[in-house]
Amino acid sequence: MKKTWAKVVVVAISCMMVFSFAACGSKSGGSGGDAGDNTLKLGSTGPLTGPAAIYGNAVKNGGQIAVDEINAANPDGVQVSWQVEDDEGDGEKAVNAYNKLVDDGMQVLLGSVTSGACVAVAEKTFEDRVFTLTPSASQTAVTEGKDNVFQLCFRDPDQGTISADYIVENFPDAKVGVIYNNASDYSAGIFDGFKKEFEAKGKEIVAVEAFADDANTDFQAQLNSMKNAGADLVFVPNYYTPVSNILVQADKMGYKPTFFGCDGVDGILTLENFDKNLAEGVYLLTPFTASAEDEKTQKFVEAYKEAYGEEPNQFAADAYDCVYAAYDAFAKTGLKADASAADICEAMVSQFTGGFSYEGLTASGSMKWKETGEVDKMPAVYVIEGGKYVEK
Amino acid sequence: MNFLTNIISGLSLGSVYAIIALGYTMVYGISKMLNFAHGDVIMIGAYMSFVMTQYIGANGWIALLVAMAVCTLLGITIERLAYRPLRGTGSLAVLITAIGVSYFLQNMALLIWGANPKMFTSLFKGMSPVHAAGGKLTITPESILTIAANIVIMIALTLFVSKTKAGKAMRAVSEDNGAAQLMGINVNQSISLTFAIGSGLAAVAGVLMCSAYPILMPTTGAMPGIKAFTAAVFGGIGSIPGAMIGGLILGLIEIFSRAYISTELSDAIVFACLIIVLLVKPTGLLGKKISEKV
Repeated sequence: MKKTWAKVVVVAISCMMVFSFAACGSKSGGSGGDAGDNTLKLGSTGPLTGPAAIYGNAVKNGGQIAVDEINAANPDGVQVSWQVEDDEGDGEKAVNAYNKLVDDGMQVLLGSVTSGACVAVAEKTFEDRVFTLTPSASQTAVTEGKDNVFQLCFRDPDQGTISADYIVENFPDAKVGVIYNNASDYSAGIFDGFKKEFEAKGKEIVAVEAFADDANTDFQAQLNSMKNAGADLVFVPNYYTPVSNILVQADKMGYKPTFFGCDGVDGILTLENFDKNLAEGVYLLTPFTASAEDEKTQKFVEAYKEAYGEEPNQFAADAYDCVYAAYDAFAKTGLKADASAADICEAMVSQFTGGFSYEGLTASGSMKWKETGEVDKMPAVYVIEGGKYVEK
Repeated sequence: MNFLTNIISGLSLGSVYAIIALGYTMVYGISKMLNFAHGDVIMIGAYMSFVMTQYIGANGWIALLVAMAVCTLLGITIERLAYRPLRGTGSLAVLITAIGVSYFLQNMALLIWGANPKMFTSLFKGMSPVHAAGGKLTITPESILTIAANIVIMIALTLFVSKTKAGKAMRAVSEDNGAAQLMGINVNQSISLTFAIGSGLAAVAGVLMCSAYPILMPTTGAMPGIKAFTAAVFGGIGSIPGAMIGGLILGLIEIFSRAYISTELSDAIVFACLIIVLLVKPTGLLGKKISEKV
């Protein structure tokens, strides 16, 4: 009996392999020369499960909104498809997810979502010549040495630099303290940029404290240090979960400085059950917020809410912009949707480095790209008043 | 005054670790397994309490009771479905299963409640903080009541284990499983009871922890779970007073190293202390070769 089973298994496996090879063949044939296929295949990898799932899912959903809009608006033109594979924010899994996307015929990668994963994947896309525009991977290493990799989000240190400039200009007399997450590249990166710029302007940070864990941290030691140093403005370049924790604990201690955060703080007002009064007077410098009142943002926010039942965060908007930017740039290349990924890559790179500009949700004004792959755009500054973001 | 404030927050954080560590230490004592899913039971407990107060509108204390009931059932179910079939197959299989259960619970929470974090309403909302020393020292109700809960639980549990029949049965099983069975003790029942108590306490720990540090998400239980496991090993795994002392010392070390040495290195210092204790006394502070294990 055992032997018969072994035979059955062997036959079954070989059948599967034959079919899957056949499937691969027909697919790559499809994207190569099938004239009827008028679809540009966009793909991304991101954490759809695990602790960073919120970001991967936001990118998946935000991109889907843009794809649906584009497809509805041009029924006869080039259509786009959108496929997001789970990488759990892990470099190795991201490469596997990327390989799957390539097997499925993806032509342009709008990923990866997290920096660590994106660094690993970008190495592959550089070798394979696949055009890459990441919505949210903000480390410098993502684009370094790779001419075909671009970022739509700010680099971490840039946010720190811009924040330092803003604080020096608008709070000239403030005593500034910093609480940052030294286990997070995002937070530590912003802090580095901030410190350099702030000190270059001849100012001094009165207290610097760190933490390592994003949730359920006790911040009393850090807040006491701020209080004792007399800090009246605390720069918190973190995601909104630790920031909300800091606000709650500062309130319990009766410590009320001005808190100033970056794009990670966006989302704090939609945190379920959060007491919005605690966020009163918090500054944040961010390229996107769902509360912005311009028509474009409102249209996107409404479509997103209707489809997914929650407010989009910045990652969703980044993905939305990525899809549109890639689509617009692709339209300018004059290529057909059945062009090979490598041809698309060269044409898109020359678009992105040749003065292509795009006006989206995640910048005040338009955004352009430098040859290094960095984006060139300006964020807006908001202050929370009456439970709403008010632009400064 | 800062010094006193730090002592109080250290004791309060340590109390949370101690209550969680109890679950690890009791289960280890009786079945010689590390239940790595314990941290995620805490998270489920906190979510249950959140659901009761936010969506159903129950009083915080009723929500706590419901969370305890759900976690007790969950603990018994996990033991019955995942661990009991593997009893006697070697510790590695059970350990890996425990890690699997941990991932299962985290991802289940992700499916049910989503990845977005939620803000937990403190169980003690509305109670005003205590001011002492002419307003210089502020003690939050969360701190006081967490420390109090820890003391009450420790006393109750020690009495239960030493005085009641079920407690004595648990001790007997932990000392010698086979002999206990020969004496007519229902081993399965004793182990189920241990899981039930440990998981019920996990719900209490979850609610207390989220009252003080109010962010609730599917990975909320992971890091405190590891820290509490460290506390249990620190104090001598298998020993109930050891869990309490280990938890409190760990909480104090963490807060003090943050306040006086470096916020960047606090976790490293905590784990370095663990290594030193284990080098000097491999069974932990209160662990003996043949100790009173439950």
